[in-house]
Amino acid sequence: MPFGLLKYGLSKNYPAKHHFTPAKELKKHYDVIIIGGGGHGAAIAYNLAKYHGITNVAILEKSYLGGGNTARNTAVIRSNYLTEAGVKFYSESVKLFNNLSNEFNYNVMMENRGQLTLAHSDAAIRSFRWRAEVNQHLGVRSELVDRQTIAELVPNLNMSEDSRFPIMAGLWHADGATARHDAVAWGYAKGACDRGVELHQLTEVEDIEITNGRVTAVKTNRGRVECGSVVQAVAGASSIVAKKAGIPLPIHCYPLQAMVTQPYKPILTPHVSSPQVHVYVHQTSRGEFVIGGGSDPYPLYNTRATLDQRESLSAAALELFPFLSQARLLRQWAGTTDMTPDYSPIMGLSPVENYYLDAGWGTWGFKATPICGVTMAELVATKKVPDLIKPFELERFYRFEQVNEAGATAASH
Amino acid sequence: MKLLTCPLNGKRNISEFTYGGEYHVMPDHRTSSARDWAEHVFFHDNVAGLVTEWWCHSASSFWFLAERNTITDEVIRTFKADEIYQQRVEFTAPETEV
Ligand SMILES: Cc1cc2nc3c(=O)[nH]c(=O)nc-3n(C[C@H](O)[C@H](O)[C@H](O)COP(=O)(O)OP(=O)(O)OC[C@H]3O[C@@H](n4cnc5c(N)ncnc54)[C@H](O)[C@@H]3O)c2cc1C
Repeated sequence: MPFGLLKYGLSKNYPAKHHFTPAKELKKHYDVIIIGGGGHGAAIAYNLAKYHGITNVAILEKSYLGGGNTARNTAVIRSNYLTEAGVKFYSESVKLFNNLSNEFNYNVMMENRGQLTLAHSDAAIRSFRWRAEVNQHLGVRSELVDRQTIAELVPNLNMSEDSRFPIMAGLWHADGATARHDAVAWGYAKGACDRGVELHQLTEVEDIEITNGRVTAVKTNRGRVECGSVVQAVAGASSIVAKKAGIPLPIHCYPLQAMVTQPYKPILTPHVSSPQVHVYVHQTSRGEFVIGGGSDPYPLYNTRATLDQRESLSAAALELFPFLSQARLLRQWAGTTDMTPDYSPIMGLSPVENYYLDAGWGTWGFKATPICGVTMAELVATKKVPDLIKPFELERFYRFEQVNEAGATAASH
Repeated sequence: MKLLTCPLNGKRNISEFTYGGEYHVMPDHRTSSARDWAEHVFFHDNVAGLVTEWWCHSASSFWFLAERNTITDEVIRTFKADEIYQQRVEFTAPETEV
């Protein structure tokens, strides 16, 4: 069998296929320039090419494809949010995720293992009841569960009543899932490049030219490129890039850290999250325990890992899963997250006519990748804002109409 | 643990402090438009580099200002608010019929 594989590997009949555009010169003009080659940028390009026939598109990425927050997230996919706008939007994304491997003919390793959020107080139970009602009304599988059900769902969870914050109830979200984040970015980029989109890595947008309220060109480290329109999808660099287009944003950048243990035998099936002790844990199909929690306490453009966060994440994880006390940590890392005051994204039109925003993804934007691709491409192609993203427009802050998702994202992911 | 120097209490663990947002000159709430007010409340410069910002020593509720580099995470200096504020800020709203 290994020799069989070797035959394929060496045979000229099966040449290795490039996933993406090999490096080449930038064209003078593109109909659409996408700044940022993360999952979002790639998904927007894919949808423009596949569903709107717009293929004169360039993705400009200052580093390498999917090396930003797309590479750093903990891959939690869910739709059990609190607001109607949020639940409708994220549940569409979950549906798209479930079909993504088929859509690409490329395995994104979607795992529908469910998500359990823990309540350690009466107040949390009340808010879970509220969320479950909103979720069910909008067709999302989400229900309040008691201690007995929790013990059945996660037999190795610490259910002791003597712990500092005993578990009182939970919100069970059967639609909760994870997927391989790199494969999502690669699948979209490959599909886009197969249809004529150009991916230019190591290409940083340094300035944006605006004439009479319209963007006409971008300046990069590899020269000036003219464009019909621009989409910015740069997550942690949102404020910096938008400022080049003269657009102020209600965003503050905070580091979000996560860590992972060495692989162990499979023992934990669902994703378990506790907003009260500020931690969430799941075990990947490779066996590693992924541990994440809240953001750093103050803004920073730096992806260093801190001992403080390692201590507090470990303490919280051990509170829920004491058996992890002997587990060895493999890695700890951070990403720069673009946090909005209402924990909802900023999508759609900007004060510059043909400049579109896909920003404010904070600690929750991986799960939105497919639906961002669909809605932002529709916006760019038709110039009409899709209903699903209307509530997330930048203008909401000037009208004091925030989409308050804070209650549902207390443990960030 | 990182240390921060409180102008009132001296060097303390940074976990004793709460970040309080960017320092901005507040528009006059009696005359500013709703749009300007919204911008003041919600929008941020979010600079990668040197910033001036509010911090509070939680244990003593003492508010002060800091200059910090948001790329290297170095605190350049911390100082009392009276370096900037020489007068009381007037918050009273004009009388309105209820
Ligand atoms: C530790 C951590 C855990 C997380 N966990 C979850 C989770 O469990 N579930 C979830 O849904 N979300 C999670 N998130 C959030 C999620 O990772 C992001 O919201 C999402 O990946 C954003 O995708 P993106 O494509 O918009 O951004 P990115 O993947 O960051 O891509 C933006 C790209 O823009 C490029 N760029 C920046 N400036 C320029 C420029 N001037 N010119 C050209 N290119 C530029 C960057 O190099 C980068 O590659 C987490 C984030 C972190 C940090």
